Amino acid sequence: MTDEAQDVIGDYRYGFHDPENSTIRFDQGLSEQVVRDISELKNEPQWMTDIRVKAYRHFVERVMPEWGNCDLLNMIDFESITYFLRSSNKTEKSWDDVPDDIKNTFNRLGIPEAEQKWLGGVTAQYESEAVYHSIREDLEEQGVIFLDMDSGLKQFPEIIKKYFGTVIPYSDNKFSALNTAVWSGGSFLYIPKGISVEMPVQAYFRINAKNMGQFERTLIIADEGSSVHYVEGCTAPSYSTDSLHSAVVELIAMEGAKIRYSTVQNWSSNVYNLVTKRAVAHKNATIEWVDGNIGSKLTMKYPSVLLKGEGAHAEVISVAYAGEGQHQDTGAKVHHLASNTTSNIISKSISKKGGRSSYRGLLQVTPKSSGCRSKIVCDALILDENSRSDTYPTMEIGNSTADLEHEASVSKVSSDQLFYLMSRGFTEDAAMGLIVNGFFEPFTRELPMEYALELNKLLELEMEGSIG
Amino acid sequence: MREVAEEILRIENLHVSVEGTAILKGVNLTIHRGEIHVIMGRNGAGKSTLANVVMGHPAYVITEGSIFYKGQPLEELAVFERARAGMFLSFQYPAVIPGVQVGTFLKKSVTSVRDEAPKGRAFRKELTAAMEQLSMDKSFLSRYVNDGFSGGEKKRLEILQMLLLKPHLALLDETDSGLDIDALRIVAKGINEVAVDSACLIITHYQRLLDLVKPDYVHAMINGAIVQTGGPELALKLEDRGYDWLDVTA
Repeated sequence: MTDEAQDVIGDYRYGFHDPENSTIRFDQGLSEQVVRDISELKNEPQWMTDIRVKAYRHFVERVMPEWGNCDLLNMIDFESITYFLRSSNKTEKSWDDVPDDIKNTFNRLGIPEAEQKWLGGVTAQYESEAVYHSIREDLEEQGVIFLDMDSGLKQFPEIIKKYFGTVIPYSDNKFSALNTAVWSGGSFLYIPKGISVEMPVQAYFRINAKNMGQFERTLIIADEGSSVHYVEGCTAPSYSTDSLHSAVVELIAMEGAKIRYSTVQNWSSNVYNLVTKRAVAHKNATIEWVDGNIGSKLTMKYPSVLLKGEGAHAEVISVAYAGEGQHQDTGAKVHHLASNTTSNIISKSISKKGGRSSYRGLLQVTPKSSGCRSKIVCDALILDENSRSDTYPTMEIGNSTADLEHEASVSKVSSDQLFYLMSRGFTEDAAMGLIVNGFFEPFTRELPMEYALELNKLLELEMEGSIG
Repeated sequence: MREVAEEILRIENLHVSVEGTAILKGVNLTIHRGEIHVIMGRNGAGKSTLANVVMGHPAYVITEGSIFYKGQPLEELAVFERARAGMFLSFQYPAVIPGVQVGTFLKKSVTSVRDEAPKGRAFRKELTAAMEQLSMDKSFLSRYVNDGFSGGEKKRLEILQMLLLKPHLALLDETDSGLDIDALRIVAKGINEVAVDSACLIITHYQRLLDLVKPDYVHAMINGAIVQTGGPELALKLEDRGYDWLDVTA
């Protein structure tokens, strides 16, 4: 590892990288030809190529968002990004067949171990494509489809064609257009009617190369009365140049279905994380976004739910940790489009060492939707004078029967709390770590235990040297 | 009969100020292992300041004098090192730590102070026994530290920590305030257990705790200094007559 890399890594545990052994690597930069090449390489049906090209043209025309962090957004150099990198020729079903370097990386990240212990299926994506994929046989026998998105398109083109881009059209925003143009990898998950998948299924996204662009595309469909918990993790090496992660995630919960989507994003601090996540909940369906943002340079992500059917419910629990040089611009959007729909939004953020966290939320109740209820709680914790927290809540309430609660707080760690904990033997850093873990507890208790423990450890590490 | 025991705490001519205001003005006090000392005084006399400055609260500045713990000058020790060396403060107003469960907090605290993680089963046994002694329900363990606790519950959690941490020096800052008589009995039992082998400094306004915890020395503090020292009879006298007869400035 170079000294420069070491400097950038600092305390980030996942900042190591493998040598780049790509089998196919596109030149840096983006053009319509690059888009067509990706589609051709993947041997896609013409309709997909057409969508990609349309999306690309829209991306080129679409101006950069004029909100969020414009300074950082405008620093993205789209010409220096690698848009496609294949590091293994096949998506393997056995870890033994995955190239050693890559396998070792996922071992270090604890994926095979977690898979054996408590997961129903795993997709491991490395750069642009999945290098490993598996699903438990019993789930497959029940008709559950869990594939990387490229295989999904090959094996189930009709389903993909029917739903792809229906929740998030490419024209939604500049980055959904970019993703639609150059998408590669991601997950396709279908749960048949009435099936409850008890063990979570996981996708892990790893960027390894410098200046990499990762554009996974995920589509999850839970048919009537089914339920599933999908878990997503992400890390990348630390480099002094920027990488771009821009995913699109579409969830569809049919009548009475339930999807929980948990994310622990821990990108290194040179990664732009600009992700569009949106779900549709039909009658009596439930969508839960459990969204943790610990790393990255700039994250802009607002998991959304369209409550389309009567009685549907949305739950968005998110945490953001903004350390030195980081901006977490996160939040939630819920659209109450039908009567008697309910939502619950909890957002927690911590800013430290000049980090900046912003909560950006939208709550909409349409005029025809009566009897809707929503509760929003936003708490920010600021650890020092240089750090910053902002809240940008928007409410569009068109129906007077709506029952809404909104609570917001900004707090600091008190010297009494620190003294109390230190008088019980905690060092100042450990005391801070405990307070921070407690602050995020409403989020961590929603995670599978293994993730919760990992996240707590991570935050404790982040608090080391935080006082000074 | 008591042999001369190990010196735990020695305070010499201690002057302390908070934000520039002098609070303690020349306190002298020595406590040996196995002794229970009580400090009584009016509000604002400096009693809580004394307890906090011994534990190392950063807001209190020592302007003159010294504090020694087992012969070692305390200024060399950070707050967490004092805790690990066997010092304990039962807070008058314990801080709330939202989202941190009591069980997690206790285990981590015990681990820090003992410098090793306690064995799972042995620790659970120890914890259960201590909680039974303090009539604390198991449900306490999953609540957040002092979050939504009543005054009595907070004090019991302080005493529970003291029983687990087994300090050599226990500073109890108005631990008896706001307790009903049943809770007071429970808390007194805890103090008596720890006091057998530790040095105890109890800060209180009231005589009633002293019916249950037998002090060796009672000190009257006025305006930042100890003006009179006696046995248990001094506490009765203070309760009966107040402090004016001792107050030369009155």
